Amino acid sequence: MTGWERFTDSFFNARVMAQYLPKIIEGFGLTVVLALCIIAAGLAAGLALALLRAFGIRPLNWLIIFVVDLFRALPPLVIIVLLFFGLPNAGVELSGFVASWLALTLVLMAFSEEIFWAGITSVAKGQWEAARSTGLGFLQTLGYVVLPQALRITIPPLTNRTIAITKGTALASVVAVPDILGAANAGVSFSFNPSPLTLGAIAYLVLFFPVVVLGRWIESRFAWKR
Amino acid sequence: MDVFLDTFLNWQIVQDAWPILWQGLQATLLLSALVVPLGILGGVIIAVLSTVRSPWVKWPLRAWVDTFRALPPLVLLIFIFAGLPFIGLDVGAWGAVAIGFFLNTGAYYGEILRAGIESIPRGQIEAARSTGLTRGQTMVNVVLPQAVRNVLPDLISNTLEVVKLTSIASVVALPELLFQARQAQSVTYNATPIMVAAVVYFILLWPLVRVLSRLENRQLAGRR
Repeated sequence: MTGWERFTDSFFNARVMAQYLPKIIEGFGLTVVLALCIIAAGLAAGLALALLRAFGIRPLNWLIIFVVDLFRALPPLVIIVLLFFGLPNAGVELSGFVASWLALTLVLMAFSEEIFWAGITSVAKGQWEAARSTGLGFLQTLGYVVLPQALRITIPPLTNRTIAITKGTALASVVAVPDILGAANAGVSFSFNPSPLTLGAIAYLVLFFPVVVLGRWIESRFAWKR
Repeated sequence: MDVFLDTFLNWQIVQDAWPILWQGLQATLLLSALVVPLGILGGVIIAVLSTVRSPWVKWPLRAWVDTFRALPPLVLLIFIFAGLPFIGLDVGAWGAVAIGFFLNTGAYYGEILRAGIESIPRGQIEAARSTGLTRGQTMVNVVLPQAVRNVLPDLISNTLEVVKLTSIASVVALPELLFQARQAQSVTYNATPIMVAAVVYFILLWPLVRVLSRLENRQLAGRR
């Protein structure tokens, strides 16, 4: 076998690819579902924390800052491993899917809180005072005056961070979730041929390449013109 | 509460597992000291190439960067570690991590540095060239120092992410902190070693997170 034949036989083996394509497609669906659950819960929780922080209750804010710092400092894989392999020792069993979802949601929550909060503080204090002086309440000011301006400038960093964290769904394969990478790994060990990994890499590119290009576009579209 | 302390913060197990974890921590530090410079090197190469305006350089470079930004790092790592041996290229765990991080984090550092270089007005480059500096000298002495300063928060943030990302090396059995913690857990049947590893990561990276949080707040708040 020539080198080229050996290469194509290993990485682009049509027979193996055809055999494992259905599994990879199932994994693709699972990765998308997991990613959407993380984005929805993570962003909602991050925004909720940032709004809570706007009330300015000191002890509560310290707690929020600590939680945010904690999940910014810990590697996502460490959190996943702790939830999946650690909790059972205390009698709490989480499925791999739930452990991965919870871990990455907490991470996205922390990063998005930080970005939402920076957005809220970027709105000048005079605007708060002006809005309050016209008779708007605290929540009305927050909802009608501050948030619409704050959210706009958070869009580019938030998009990039969300994409980066969503790619972490591949970590779920470590705790036996049959997502794209999980299905590809299983395919490699059954067929003793790395073609399923090629399929997996292509699947990830199909999923994330448009997202990365979209993120690039959003960054230039919403760039703050000075 | 007792069950929790016994399973997650068992002092006896902390003492027993510490030698194993200490080895892991050393490997994590060594790994970071290897992959951060590698990633920055890749990033500088990409950023400098991106100043070439020929479409023959620009579009392949963009495709390269976006490909490695779209591919999850763990997928890349496993592809290198478990895939390449099938064609006779066995680079080992350290080699796979080095190559994977060079490709992945290089793309990220490259994007950040490119933004930094683009933030330098063209007039400065023209002025530097007109005083007799060569293209290379202009890049090294005039453009890069200012570019790096302009994107410093992003560079620090990415470095933090890279150090955190070294934990995925545990998947290819490189004995870094998380891998060692898993080993210790499977011997002791207790989650304390993983908890200790988490605490070590937190102590190691918290100062960086604090600095970053301040820098980012200032950066975003400065855009009023």
